[in-house]
Amino acid sequence: MDFYVEPAFFVLCAPIAIIACVMGVLERPLKRYSLVVSVVMLFLLFFRTPGTLIYAAVYLAVSVALYGVALWSREDSSRSEDAPHGMRSLPYGVLVGVQLLPLVAYKVGVLVRPDFPGFLGISYITFKAVQVLLEVHDGLITDMTYLEYLGFLSFFPTFTSGPIMRSRAYVQDVRTPLSRDGYLDRLYRGLGWFVLGALYKFVGAALAQWFMWFVPVVVGGGVLGWLVTVFGYGMDLFFDFAGYSDMAMGLGLVLGVEVPRNFRAPFVATDIKEFWDRWHISLSTWLRDFVFMRFSQFAISHKLFKSRLTCACVGFMLNMVLMGAWHGITPDYLVYGLYHGLLLAGCHAMQKKWKFYKAHRRDRWFMVASWAVTMVAVFFGFALFGGYVVTPLLG
Amino acid sequence: MADIAEQIVDLVVEISGEDEVADERDIDLFEEEILDSMAAIELLVAIKDEFGVSIAPTELDRSEMNTVNKIIARVSERL
Repeated sequence: MDFYVEPAFFVLCAPIAIIACVMGVLERPLKRYSLVVSVVMLFLLFFRTPGTLIYAAVYLAVSVALYGVALWSREDSSRSEDAPHGMRSLPYGVLVGVQLLPLVAYKVGVLVRPDFPGFLGISYITFKAVQVLLEVHDGLITDMTYLEYLGFLSFFPTFTSGPIMRSRAYVQDVRTPLSRDGYLDRLYRGLGWFVLGALYKFVGAALAQWFMWFVPVVVGGGVLGWLVTVFGYGMDLFFDFAGYSDMAMGLGLVLGVEVPRNFRAPFVATDIKEFWDRWHISLSTWLRDFVFMRFSQFAISHKLFKSRLTCACVGFMLNMVLMGAWHGITPDYLVYGLYHGLLLAGCHAMQKKWKFYKAHRRDRWFMVASWAVTMVAVFFGFALFGGYVVTPLLG
Repeated sequence: MADIAEQIVDLVVEISGEDEVADERDIDLFEEEILDSMAAIELLVAIKDEFGVSIAPTELDRSEMNTVNKIIARVSERL
């Protein structure tokens, strides 16, 4: 049963939501309920292919075990504080490596064998688990229980395609008792987001798809046809993914959990940095916090680069190439990542160095021009992502 | 305490290149564009070098260290 696609999913969501409402109104905690419901839903997601079901179950179990090892080695290292730092952080590298291995193996493996073992949601669960391991290392996670961790990893509204939740926010949410009014507030907001998401996905994305296939037939091929197709594709991408994310956020709220917002009007962005603050936010903030910031911290403290600007530009490139590769190790996605890395680095350098920009950036005409350039760049990025540029060029 | 405050002010001035933070310790460093995210990371590295206080990148919200006084408070409570 595919989440947010098959009618059966929506039919099942109704009783799940109704029971959650009753429990919420009665001020009963929803922590255990949402864990049980998630386990059942994941079973329904995977039961048609028993191999995948077993893989997902083993993955969850191993992740919880890795969390246990991480906690244990943290306690161990805090007892021997004088051990050299490199020695102490080595086991975390190993733990994170083991956690990443199934995803990396899958991304590489599908290049050789399209049926390489993996399961729906493996990318997103990897992000969540790596965040936990890194924050145990930082001493920010000390008392999350194993059941809470399992509930966090398996939380079904966001299991297949995000938004990428953060464990500390999740744990705080499920531990804080909700008053009736507090729950009702989440319920109403959740229903609103769910309806909006459904409209985006089933009306907005459907219209965009119709536009994308029908209009090029009318205007014919050529450059105009290509432009129209790419525009339709970009709109489809937005409505489909934002719609899905909003439904996931809505369902999470109905279960009493705040799911981070994933899209915030991306098409009003006036530069590419702002675009990434508005598009797939949970992914871009994850990469910012766990790749860009850590890389920069390492680079600065080891004095790898002469200037802060160079360091930031290299960090942006690393971030975005990784993002591209995460979507899939194909020419289209890799070029997409490289393209956005260059755009971000270029934008950052321009904002730091270009005096004309500093003088005029708040002028209306400049903002309009900047918005227009950004949108052209963004839609060209969609064209790369959708395989409308590199694949045709490669023949 | 006063020493720590002085040292932190010096660090922020050195990293941002803006002198005004020495006198106005409650202005929003990010809103006034005195610090950007790269400079903030540099500041965290400098704080670790100088005071031995390590603050993880995701430990604090930006709203918890967006003024000089808040940074002084965060470092002091960890010393």
